[in-house]
Amino acid sequence: MSRALFVCFDSEESALVTGCAAALGLPFDTLMLSGEGGAGDKSFVAGFEAVPPADGLAEALLSLSGQYGRIAFVSSMRSKDLAGRLAGLLDAAMLTDVIAVESADTFHLPMVAGSIVTTAKVTDGTLVFTFRPSNFAKDLPSTTGSTEKIALTPASRTQRTKAAARSGGRPDLAQAKIIVTGGRPLKDAATFEAVLGGLADKLGAAVGATRAAVDSGIAANELQVGQTGKIVAPDLYIAAGVSGSTQHMAGIKDSKIIVAINTDADAPIFESADFGLVQDLFTALPEIQAAAKGT
Amino acid sequence: MRILLPIKRVIDPYAKVKPLGDGSGIDTGNVKFDVNPFDEIAVEEAVRMKEKDPSIETIAISIGGAECEDQLRKCLAMGADKAILVESTREHDPSTIAHELKAWVEELKPDLILMGKQSTDGESNQVGQMLAALLGWPQATYASKITIEGGNIEVVRETDSGEETLTLPLPAVVTTDLRLNEPRYIALPGIIRARNKPLEKATEKSNKEPNIRYTKFQSPPARPAGRKVANVTELLAALSERGVSL
Ligand SMILES: Cc1cc2nc3c(=O)[nH]c(=O)nc-3n(C[C@H](O)[C@H](O)[C@H](O)COP(=O)(O)OP(=O)(O)OC[C@H]3O[C@@H](n4cnc5c(N)ncnc54)[C@H](O)[C@@H]3O)c2cc1C
Ligand SMILES: Nc1ncnc2c1ncn2[C@@H]1O[C@H](COP(=O)(O)O)[C@@H](O)[C@H]1O
Repeated sequence: MSRALFVCFDSEESALVTGCAAALGLPFDTLMLSGEGGAGDKSFVAGFEAVPPADGLAEALLSLSGQYGRIAFVSSMRSKDLAGRLAGLLDAAMLTDVIAVESADTFHLPMVAGSIVTTAKVTDGTLVFTFRPSNFAKDLPSTTGSTEKIALTPASRTQRTKAAARSGGRPDLAQAKIIVTGGRPLKDAATFEAVLGGLADKLGAAVGATRAAVDSGIAANELQVGQTGKIVAPDLYIAAGVSGSTQHMAGIKDSKIIVAINTDADAPIFESADFGLVQDLFTALPEIQAAAKGT
Repeated sequence: MRILLPIKRVIDPYAKVKPLGDGSGIDTGNVKFDVNPFDEIAVEEAVRMKEKDPSIETIAISIGGAECEDQLRKCLAMGADKAILVESTREHDPSTIAHELKAWVEELKPDLILMGKQSTDGESNQVGQMLAALLGWPQATYASKITIEGGNIEVVRETDSGEETLTLPLPAVVTTDLRLNEPRYIALPGIIRARNKPLEKATEKSNKEPNIRYTKFQSPPARPAGRKVANVTELLAALSERGVSL
């Protein structure tokens, strides 16, 4: 376990690895699947325009990753897709969503929708893990010793026949400093967009949704925040018409400030919100929008 | 065509759980257990495929204690043809589960493995990908739509940034996301009726040792209690005190 490799899907991720690398306390290199940059002693640049499907890619990564005792990824759907496959090929241990590093073989991770934090010890061999960057220091100084182009040629039997296209020009949930989230009472897509979208745009915020809102077609799937959606940690999280289910809270509890707007003074979300406003969201959000100076 | 459905018995996703006082585990004393919601989605999908094509055979398989029989019975009641309970009370981690499932795949030779993207208690989101890697099969995780056409399967899958479509040759591993379908409701009589469907009990085939040990279970730090504000003006003032001006 002498060295660690941090695998980054894009340049934005390379800024997120230094805190975790420091906590791990091992010398490390980065592999940039797409984008430039990197951190650590050496940065391998693969230069993919679109990162290929996981099955072929994991195999192509074998010879490089085989030299490392710890292989780490920023937690995301795409990284878990690849990391699990790579761990399988390496017959390595894997930990998902590491939130703290005690040592290079002892880690903390959330379980059961964030109700439990467990300590996991790796007893033997290589470890592949994903970590939540919001739980680690950001932008620690890091030198990149050298950059090396690396040619990975995945032979995937899986074909991507239609690529994903992210809708709208709003900030990504994972990166946003402010998130405005709506729940079931937003009624329909047009109302959701008018009431939340307007405020979000004025604040330069990302838009999020509960599973109930996504399930009833009010918001797009990729906007779902929570245990089974995206885990977020913005400076400010505004939840409007959100009851505060365990599954939703599991995705937002590392936010710096949580604001809840709900007509029900007993809604569970008020237990975890820094500031709670018992008011109809259809009057509260426009008032906030009108009062805000905006970006 | 044969579809294998790996099923995990999980803590009821709506239950509130706490660690045991000594931190040695999770206090499940008063907690119900259920089929992992994502596995239920996998069973529902397989049953719907079979409703269209009766030649399809569906087999649910679970690794765990004798009590997993309840969850397998539920899958049979939903419409699975057959169930296998691999009885095991030793400690597992995702890799031991993947190795055990691999051994069963070699025996049962399914064309498709449909399983949850993650378990709602362990939340590791690993077993599907590991199993696919061990078998050398193509994989599609987070499926929200599945179409089988000849020897291929087309999967619309969720990504961090919208939906993409993958086409992969069978045999393959596909893991389910929430929007694939809404599982049917099974009332108790249905579960009782499923009692005469075949449920085979077996012992483990793999002797892979776990390489992860879970040594301590704690509650996460609670967020400090907040306060209510009377109106939007007060809210904005409170935020600005905390250094956020909108
Ligand atoms: C396996 C599993 C995984 C899940 N994963 C997730 C997940 O990742 N993310 C997630 O969000 N959920 C998830 N859920 C669902 C979760 O349990 C809840 O059902 C969901 O979060 C509820 O969404 P909601 O708060 O929008 O709706 P509701 O619970 O219906 O709450 C609506 C709230 O709005 C308030 N309200 C009504 N009208 C107004 C108004 N005019 N102004 C202000 N407030 C108003 C009500 O008082 C209520 O509190 C999951 C569930 C399961 C079983
Ligand atoms: N003990 C088990 N027996 C059978 N299948 C399992 C078991 N544990 C996990 N799985 C399968 O693996 C999937 C992913 O689980 P996990 O990787 O643990 O989050 C689950 O949705 C199940 O389909």
